Amino acid sequence: MKLYELSIQEAHRLLRKKEISSQDLTRAILDRINTVDEAVGAYITVGSETAMAQAETADKSISEGRLTPLTGIPIALKDLICTKGLRTTCGSKILENFIPPYDASVVKKLKKDGAVIVGKLNMDEFAMGSSTEHSGFKLTHNPWDLTRIPGGSSGGSAAAVASDMCIGSLGSDTGGSIRQPASHCGVVGLKPTYGRVSRFGLVAFASSLDQIGPLTKDVTDCALLMNSISGYDPADSTSVPEHVPDYTSFLENGLKGMVVGIPREYSTTQGIDPDVSDAVERAVKKIEALGAEPVEISLPHTEYGVAAYYVIAPSEASSNLARYDGVKYGYRDKDNNSLLEMYKSTRSKGFGPEVQRRIILGTYSLSAGYYDAYYGKASQVRTLIVRDFNKAFETCDVILAPVAPTPAFKLGAMTDDPLTMYLSDIFTLSANLAGIPGISVPCGFSSEGLPIGLQIMARHFEEGKLFKVAYNFEQATGFHKKKPHL
Amino acid sequence: MEYEPVIGLEVHSQLKTKTKIFCTCSTSFGAAPNTHTCPVCLGMPGVLPVLNKKVVDYTLRMAVATHCEINRESRFARKNYFYPDLPKGYQISQYELPIAQNGWLEIELNGRKKRIGITRIHMEEDAGKLTHDPDRPLSMVDFNRTGVPLMEIVSEPDIRSPEEAGAYLRQLRSIVRYLGISDGNMEEGSFRCDANVSIRPKGSGPFGTRTELKNLNSFKHVEKAISFEIHRQKEILEDGGQVIQETRLWDPDKNRSTSMRGKEEAHDYRYFPDPDLLPLVIDDHWIDSIKTAIPELPDKKKKRFMDEYALPSYNAELLTSSRELADYFEACVEAFPNPKQVSNWVMGSLLGLLNAQGMSIDASPISPENLSQLLKLIDQKIISGKIAKTVFEEMAHTGRPPKEIVAKKGLVQVTDESSIRSAVLTVLHRCSKEVDDYKNGKTKLFGFFVGQVMKETQGKANPKIVNKILKNLLGE
Repeated sequence: MKLYELSIQEAHRLLRKKEISSQDLTRAILDRINTVDEAVGAYITVGSETAMAQAETADKSISEGRLTPLTGIPIALKDLICTKGLRTTCGSKILENFIPPYDASVVKKLKKDGAVIVGKLNMDEFAMGSSTEHSGFKLTHNPWDLTRIPGGSSGGSAAAVASDMCIGSLGSDTGGSIRQPASHCGVVGLKPTYGRVSRFGLVAFASSLDQIGPLTKDVTDCALLMNSISGYDPADSTSVPEHVPDYTSFLENGLKGMVVGIPREYSTTQGIDPDVSDAVERAVKKIEALGAEPVEISLPHTEYGVAAYYVIAPSEASSNLARYDGVKYGYRDKDNNSLLEMYKSTRSKGFGPEVQRRIILGTYSLSAGYYDAYYGKASQVRTLIVRDFNKAFETCDVILAPVAPTPAFKLGAMTDDPLTMYLSDIFTLSANLAGIPGISVPCGFSSEGLPIGLQIMARHFEEGKLFKVAYNFEQATGFHKKKPHL
Repeated sequence: MEYEPVIGLEVHSQLKTKTKIFCTCSTSFGAAPNTHTCPVCLGMPGVLPVLNKKVVDYTLRMAVATHCEINRESRFARKNYFYPDLPKGYQISQYELPIAQNGWLEIELNGRKKRIGITRIHMEEDAGKLTHDPDRPLSMVDFNRTGVPLMEIVSEPDIRSPEEAGAYLRQLRSIVRYLGISDGNMEEGSFRCDANVSIRPKGSGPFGTRTELKNLNSFKHVEKAISFEIHRQKEILEDGGQVIQETRLWDPDKNRSTSMRGKEEAHDYRYFPDPDLLPLVIDDHWIDSIKTAIPELPDKKKKRFMDEYALPSYNAELLTSSRELADYFEACVEAFPNPKQVSNWVMGSLLGLLNAQGMSIDASPISPENLSQLLKLIDQKIISGKIAKTVFEEMAHTGRPPKEIVAKKGLVQVTDESSIRSAVLTVLHRCSKEVDDYKNGKTKLFGFFVGQVMKETQGKANPKIVNKILKNLLGE
């Protein structure tokens, strides 16, 4: 038995029966990292010592009969989730040596539940990107084909789960940054409802869109992680004091009575790879066969989503990233003679080109005289997209859609074409604009053997329905069981 | 041509909540640099603001007190600019939807009353403080003040003279102090004012080009700087020139202002709604709870003092200039129901004493109980008015009750006619020359004899009886 291949649920069963210890499991994960991360490049920081110490604590608590489903389970975090005493870089040179004096609220929750924090995962700098190629530190390779991107921006989180370098991970999703890499790496990834999971300690990219969520080996694990990290947090004013159900209670067989909506607009979207549309079509048929009733729905403003998103997200980012000025923490360029020069050289050298591109874009959109035409208009489009979803959900329980228009592309293929890269977010960013939850669940492979994900979206706070549909589909198909060869 | 100034004021009043506006750090002043800080007010990565409801309470009090419309839904916005004392690179303020707008307050100047409109009131966070090393190219920043709550009150351009500006500011300060929401101290910076000034031909319609005056650190400077600016703009116009829109910095040492930045250098703050904070919703219940908690405000109190205690306008205004002073006065009147007498003593001796020592009424060594006891002793003729002054001084020194001082020092007034008579005789005997002069018509000397008798009795003799016996013995 290879311990690192275990799911959260399986590992928990063995830990509870004391057939394995958390220290065994954590050591297996650390060994696995040593073996394969050189090829994959998922980790920015591995906290071996603290992880082993946490595993020891977990074992002690297990021996005393105190354990939650996460006790002793090695979890890794996207490197924009703050960890007290453990470097948090956000994939950026500007925070290369930043060690937070606090834990993000989700980290507190994971630690309270006894999880072991293995380390911090690579990402596009400040979560800006869809390929993890914009990391300030290194490339992450897709475990299914090392010449390809893992997706992004939570590329490290998806690749680490897919290559068994952690049992589960957390990422963040601003426009698809959990679902798209999950799809590309053949794992399950959930973007929860905006406000479901506290953002305190999540380094902000676009505050009104960001949400932390799990990336896991299967749907059950995803529900288990959500049980731990969900819920109102007084430290995050935008988190919602809404009851958190036990998400595992939705993992039951049968989809009878479930109405699934198929957006008319998504099938006519240009640039969608035939392997992707085939896999999604087959998935819809499968879900129908499991008892769900399909209906055609319309999301007429989808085509404006990308434009609205690429105004709103950079606008918020331009303000959120203003604090990296070299004054208080992080990188400061010393080679300057005035305050203005210090700001300019620090930010020019500390931020990578994609981040700078978006800061400029956002600064422009918010400028006097342009605000109404850009930010104002984008906010109106956002309202229309919310209405699209509200109307669609009058006739269906969940919406099925592709995650990304293509399987993972080759490293370097889109580096010079940011616009095409932006357009590839078309299926995912609507959920962020509307604040609704969306999950990516493996639904097949391309002709080249690359994983493809199916996206399921639901109304606000109806993650339960996502779990139900995803679980039934997963149990009926078993795509999640296939592993990449490393 | 005769010109008319058009003035609007923007006042920043520091709210005296215990904790900061978006985190739980202390707001207290004077701590070692960067000790009242946390990841939130330091703007560290990933932290989020949580609104202090007390700040909203305090601002609502001001909104109610100044007859503002309260927006049931208001928003916080980010004001973006780079400066080392601003850790997030933006200040959380309110922009398009402030908490309150369209109010007014009344000022009185030379017996004339006037309403000054209030455009808006909003909440925001203060920035930190920079200090620069004079010897080395080194600047230091203290973030203790970062996130201390501020309330900004913007007036309509209804003010027409430097004196009106002063009256408006004093009224505003008196209200924030009455409401207990701010210290209102200009010199210490808890009450700051910027002035927008323009001039136009008297009585005519459109406003002239305005300039903004900054660094007005006292009431006196506000009035001086505005006067200077009116004069400066007049000279420009009279020379056929044009006033340019700019921000000017007042230099209190040189009594003049200089240009700080022009319109084209004005910042573009790129305001947008802060996505980290939900729209602030204020319901009727909240507003009602604020209304019931509002104390009697200075203008009402002044009117009541005039009606209830028959005080002249001047006395009533002075006694209601702070809630504490008004409370002190009323406590005295309750124990000694002679408002005029109390008013004389409070405004005269007591305020004289406090001002001389730079003390506030709260710190008065003489309690209202003791002051009213002193007035009773005078009223009951147990001590004379002259002795009372001595007792008052002793009270100021020791804080002891007047009865105790009078008893201990044997200051009880002598009303026994025979002993006063013998003191008078002693004096007349000693001053036989003056007695002769008096009898020869130099009647002004009567006061001299009274003085001598009081001296003889160490001030304890009842002056009325002294008068009576003197007149008697000097042969009338």
